[in-house]
Amino acid sequence: MMSGKRKIGRGVAIVGAGMSNFGMFPDKDSKDLFAEAFSEMLASVDKGFDPADIQAAWIGNFSNDFFVHQAHWGPIIADLTGIVPRAVTRTEGACASSTLAMRDGLMAIASGMYDIVLAGGVEEMSKCTTEEVTEGLALATSPYEGEAGYTFPGVFGALATAYFHKYGAGREHLMNITIKSHENAPLNPKGQFKQTIRDLMEARKAKAAKKGEQVPDWADEKEALFDPRFNPPVAWPMHLYDCCPISDGASCILMVAEELAKSFTDNPIYIVGFGQGSGRGLHACPSLTSFEANKQAAAEAYGMSGLTPKDVQFAEVHDCFSIAELIHIEDLGFFGEGEGYKAVAEGETRREGRMPINTSGGLKCKGHPVGATGTAQMYEVWKQLRGEAGERQIPGRDLYIGATQNLGGTGGTCTFTIFERR
Amino acid sequence: MEERPFSDISYRKYLDEDKFMGSRCRKCGQIYVPPRRFCLECRSEDMEWHELKGEGELAAYTCISIGPSFMIEEGYDRKNPYCTGVVTLAEGPRMVARIEGVDARDPESIKIGTPMKVEFLHRGEGDKARTFLAFRPL
Repeated sequence: MMSGKRKIGRGVAIVGAGMSNFGMFPDKDSKDLFAEAFSEMLASVDKGFDPADIQAAWIGNFSNDFFVHQAHWGPIIADLTGIVPRAVTRTEGACASSTLAMRDGLMAIASGMYDIVLAGGVEEMSKCTTEEVTEGLALATSPYEGEAGYTFPGVFGALATAYFHKYGAGREHLMNITIKSHENAPLNPKGQFKQTIRDLMEARKAKAAKKGEQVPDWADEKEALFDPRFNPPVAWPMHLYDCCPISDGASCILMVAEELAKSFTDNPIYIVGFGQGSGRGLHACPSLTSFEANKQAAAEAYGMSGLTPKDVQFAEVHDCFSIAELIHIEDLGFFGEGEGYKAVAEGETRREGRMPINTSGGLKCKGHPVGATGTAQMYEVWKQLRGEAGERQIPGRDLYIGATQNLGGTGGTCTFTIFERR
Repeated sequence: MEERPFSDISYRKYLDEDKFMGSRCRKCGQIYVPPRRFCLECRSEDMEWHELKGEGELAAYTCISIGPSFMIEEGYDRKNPYCTGVVTLAEGPRMVARIEGVDARDPESIKIGTPMKVEFLHRGEGDKARTFLAFRPL
């Protein structure tokens, strides 16, 4: 049996990171968005950097083939960034595509093959209708789920009913996640949504008043979220506010061999643990309240780093749907099985809480241009660990260990990456 | 029973014939739905076809308002959602399937643990004919 601890053969550090604004941009294409992320990355390298020194790159993209009818994004990004004629490879792992780009960069540096690489991702989704995007994303469900009429929100809706049934939770507990993500949203200038649920309720009331309609009389956020006029069902129990939006965006990170890191910055962020797992569809997975790929990814990353869930001070996790955030924080060991929803209700995952989750606003508010999400999560951890997250900086804490969890498809691919500031 | 390969194509052909078939490992008895070529328990490749009873219990479900195009073509939309779920079969394995005979407009009336019975939904004609696996409360 081949097993045992995985290890990173040679240390790898992140010395630069950038992301475009996330949102729906009718006047921007994938190249424009990647250029934004790339420019910010270059400017973020403290001691300066010549992009001619990039030896290779990996670019995550799920399905621009479907969304904008263009495939083969490696050479397009190589040309845009001036990396051409050096190698740029596209990676695909559905919504985890750019974490897989980082993984290839990590392995390439750790192996000694390259010293300086770029990893990033891009997706351009908003030129399609909601129905088209739903169908495009459904290409990454398992074939049997597709035949049974499942959509992405549908699969997560089914997981939510299983979680509710097993642990006695309900929609009101998922709403705590949505409300928390929207509390962080106004603090992220690059995010798609910048309003709290309260702000959105007031906007809705003002709109009703202006139209001369009956003004809703909601006592609090949950009352609004239970109102189907404010929060219609998508795939019950997933409603609009349980779902991340359709987004365009790009992100990237500059990765270098550990021994070179200090020539780029005095404050590099080291990748100390990485794990990736695969999973089966709903019909064959061992549990309907957990992702087997998460467990594998977490075990590998914790084993590689020598760290435990208690050592991780904050994390960005893949909240494509509210229930996903709940399952992830349990799978990764931050909270016990069936305990996550109680911890969320007690505010433990808020920015001021014991274990801040998705300070960026998460996919729910920051947006989810699927191929860009993995390295965009890393961008947030990079910002937080370096104390550069501005208004959304986690308060009163000396941060040195953060993590990102990225999910592809309906759990077919999960990754977990642990970062350290030394 | 005739020798069809243990494939998704064979599985779907059986559905067309109103048969819900999995594969069973001749060595260790493990049952797989849809069929597998390799037993993941004992790694044997000695499999046989096994007809499932078509009985089970609802393990998870969702009522979908915005479906894929083939469901929209069947007339489902925001005003007329449909239910799809996960059923734990009497033989042990789980399977994803459409859920018929429930009120998808009132999702809270649908209960996990409800005993279910298999049903075969024949849709489309000619080249477009296909059969969907479904379950309905007993």
